[in-house]
Amino acid sequence: MEHLSNEHIRPLSPNIHRPQLTSVRSIVNRITGVFLRACAVVLVVWLIAAASGREAYSRFHDCIASWPGQFFLLASTFAFFLHLCGGIRHLVWDTVRGFELRQIYISGWIVVATSVVLTLACWLASLLIARQV
Amino acid sequence: MAKANTFIITSSDQVSRRTILKRFPIPRNFGVPNGSQIEPGRTWTAPEGATRTKQFEVYRYNPVSGEKPRLDLFEVDLDDCGPMILDALIWIKNNIDPTLTFRRSCREGVCGSCAMNMDGTNWLACTRFIEETDSPTRIYPLANMRIIKDLVPDLTHLYAQYELIEPWLQTKTSDPDRERLQAPEDRKKLDGYYECILCFCCTSGCPSHWWNGDRFLGPAVLLQAWRWLADSRDEATGRRLDTLEDPFRLYRCHTILNCTRTCPKGLNPGKAIAEIKKRIADRRS
Repeated sequence: MEHLSNEHIRPLSPNIHRPQLTSVRSIVNRITGVFLRACAVVLVVWLIAAASGREAYSRFHDCIASWPGQFFLLASTFAFFLHLCGGIRHLVWDTVRGFELRQIYISGWIVVATSVVLTLACWLASLLIARQV
Repeated sequence: MAKANTFIITSSDQVSRRTILKRFPIPRNFGVPNGSQIEPGRTWTAPEGATRTKQFEVYRYNPVSGEKPRLDLFEVDLDDCGPMILDALIWIKNNIDPTLTFRRSCREGVCGSCAMNMDGTNWLACTRFIEETDSPTRIYPLANMRIIKDLVPDLTHLYAQYELIEPWLQTKTSDPDRERLQAPEDRKKLDGYYECILCFCCTSGCPSHWWNGDRFLGPAVLLQAWRWLADSRDEATGRRLDTLEDPFRLYRCHTILNCTRTCPKGLNPGKAIAEIKKRIADRRS
């Protein structure tokens, strides 16, 4: 029992880890997951506004069309694709594939690059559609 | 000595020199329990006449003094010192401060005693070149451990977790008259798993183990668990899987893969854990 009583005295060694792709990708996956839950609430607010009539909807629309609103939309699109691609990467890992260090790093960067491309593609497509309407 | 590629790491011995941040942007003593906060220490200059020197920032803690941990800065005469971080620590102990305490034995990456955190990554001090590190080189004990003295962490809890997986051959059939034979292809299945030296670089680098270390077994122990599950001679597979099938013991692994990135023996604890999860899933279906 001696070491147990010592635990209260002994200091805990500090955590001074250097950020690397593995840990950063993991924490980003969690942060985007939490952020997307908040986005889901905004989505529900949008639906309620649409169901409540013209005035409520236009008020919501003004919010989302403002610069902060547009930034929020961009961030949520990027978070969505980042989380989606990260999730697919995890599904591949569940089949015990892609665990060599080189593959881990390549797939990690593929997730980041694909998310950027998909976000840009999504915004380009929606802007083109908006122009036609 | 592998050259560093900024983006794609292909071998765990590569040192990333060009990361933007040297450590996660959190104040050093943020959330650190009382008594564990680090205080500034003293500076020890190199002996006179030393022309080529390098600074080493070393974590110090003396349980007898009753003081908080501190960071001492040592200047090492590189012309008088071997090429490895362990050589620098031994040089400091011999020439500057004989009270500097650390574990070391084989000095060739076989015993796993000198595992510590250098420049923010865990590795063995005996196989990390001094010239691979920043200036000053930052030397800390393995993260998230109770410290006995200076760079010596208390591994009692980790050994207890190791004991839980019963790391020995278990059989039900009666003992044969000679060794239990194993086909070469079955023996091959242990490659990459039996080489673990239990230095705990991976477990100390695992964020899941920092947060749930009391119940999550951590990469080193789970790699060992797979080593016995993969052994064709072992006959306790079902019971071993029962022990591991637990929300915390096994499934707190979220495939962060810091373990595979840091292993000084180039092993793959992340893959071993995925193998265990798959074996449990296969057993259910």
